[in-house]
Amino acid sequence: MAEPAHATSLELRAIGKRFPARGGAAPVLAVNGVDLHARPGEFVTLIGPSGCGKSTVFNLVAGLDQPTDGEIRIGGQPLADRLGASAYLPQRDALLPWRRVIDNVTLPLELRGVSRRAARQAAQPLLERFGLGEFSRAWPWQLSGGMRQRVALLRTVIGDPGLMLLDEPFGALDSITRADLQDWLLRTWSSVGDGRPGPTVLLVTHDISEAVLLSDRVYVMTPRPGRIADVIDIGLPRPRTPQTREDDAFVALERQVRHALQLAMAAHGEFSEAAGERKAGP
Amino acid sequence: MITIIAVNSLRLRTWLPPASVLVAGIALWQLWVSAGHLDPQLVPGPWFVVWSTWDDKANIWPAVAATTEEAVLGLLAAAAAAFLIAVAIDTWVPVRRGLYPLIIASQTIPMIALAPLVLIWWGFGLEPKVVLVALFSFFPIAVGLIQGLAATDPDALNLLRTMRASRLALLLRVRLPSALPQFFTGLKISVTYAYGAAIVAEFVGAEQGLGLYMYSAAHAAPVATDLVFGAIVVIALLTILLFAVVAGLERVAMPWKPGR
Repeated sequence: MAEPAHATSLELRAIGKRFPARGGAAPVLAVNGVDLHARPGEFVTLIGPSGCGKSTVFNLVAGLDQPTDGEIRIGGQPLADRLGASAYLPQRDALLPWRRVIDNVTLPLELRGVSRRAARQAAQPLLERFGLGEFSRAWPWQLSGGMRQRVALLRTVIGDPGLMLLDEPFGALDSITRADLQDWLLRTWSSVGDGRPGPTVLLVTHDISEAVLLSDRVYVMTPRPGRIADVIDIGLPRPRTPQTREDDAFVALERQVRHALQLAMAAHGEFSEAAGERKAGP
Repeated sequence: MITIIAVNSLRLRTWLPPASVLVAGIALWQLWVSAGHLDPQLVPGPWFVVWSTWDDKANIWPAVAATTEEAVLGLLAAAAAAFLIAVAIDTWVPVRRGLYPLIIASQTIPMIALAPLVLIWWGFGLEPKVVLVALFSFFPIAVGLIQGLAATDPDALNLLRTMRASRLALLLRVRLPSALPQFFTGLKISVTYAYGAAIVAEFVGAEQGLGLYMYSAAHAAPVATDLVFGAIVVIALLTILLFAVVAGLERVAMPWKPGR
């Protein structure tokens, strides 16, 4: 597979983030020694329980915060000012309520100085192609959670980013809608580059089957401090479809990721604590 | 069709109870006066108030125009000042630390007591009234804006920061639109003060306006209580009208809000 010209590589080298003491609280080592890489066009996932530092890593990569240790390379270069180097989808869709669907999608183009008219002309075919054409003039509140998330995803891809950061994009959705959107993301990602493979993606999630379905590689994180406990290659062939979930290989990989998570948590004492609570029960 | 009926009945359910209570109250007042229990010189009946005020429309109309001008200009001045100060407070932390507590503390000053001072500084014309209305109206608008700006969704701000948005772009595209609902809440509160403030300023000294009109009616011989009542009713109606205008502006300014 030829490397797409526009997808960029991502590399995290021994990333650490310490938040200073504040208001009597001790300083917090949020993440420590995180190594992660994604080749151009790869889809990699950070998975872990809540509070394991996934979102911290995520904000560091996005450039919203700076690591206290280590180096983040995008496109092979250490990049201190990373704002704008990736397209970012926050946990909640962050659609602006005062902008129509199409104007939410065009936001990244407008901020680059593209006129509103030209930006709309670029967005309309994209909306049509991904089943949102009839909603382009709607206000965000008129859409369901799943539809809002699709709009937010189109806003993420419209600037033709080399690197996309998705922070639990489907975490707030019910499981049926979530599965639907995972399939939709697979299709969108593979077709957004007009035949070229899609951009490099870093996904943060706590959903095991989502991680396996979408990723080329899964990084398992454990908390306090957040670090990488295991790395699992997902060798499932592409294109993947909803049926991929039925494959034995898929189920086996799900089990592998789950075991890796359990092992990491047990080593950390989380499971023994939970067992202790069960023993204390009736 | 069913929807129309449903909407109408909904409106009726909103309007009918307070309207009935109001009409009943006015009817009771009229009956009480007509039965001769009250001195009409002190408490004229509502019917008489309406007719004598109508008869005096040649005098009351210019007063309405003058006071409305003061109220509206005062509100505009207050909104402009509140906008500048709220944006400054939201943008620069030192300004917030230094100014916001003082703005809150300024509310301990009885604004009415400033009326003579304002008159000394600006004379008897339009300016002192506009200044006093603005002093009364500033606080709710400013607090609404400051809180609205501060309550901006941090996710949306981070999102735009990752798009390399400038501070100005963050203000124009995220903070200000997100503060609009609270700005209008503040403005609607201020609207209810505006006429009152203008009239207090006119009591202290004026050449024209509803405050002067009431003052003259109260000091006439014989005393024109009916016209004082009439002026109060007119002020209430004007305030409702101004409130409705602002509510209309609110809808125009925020077309994205679900229909109410």
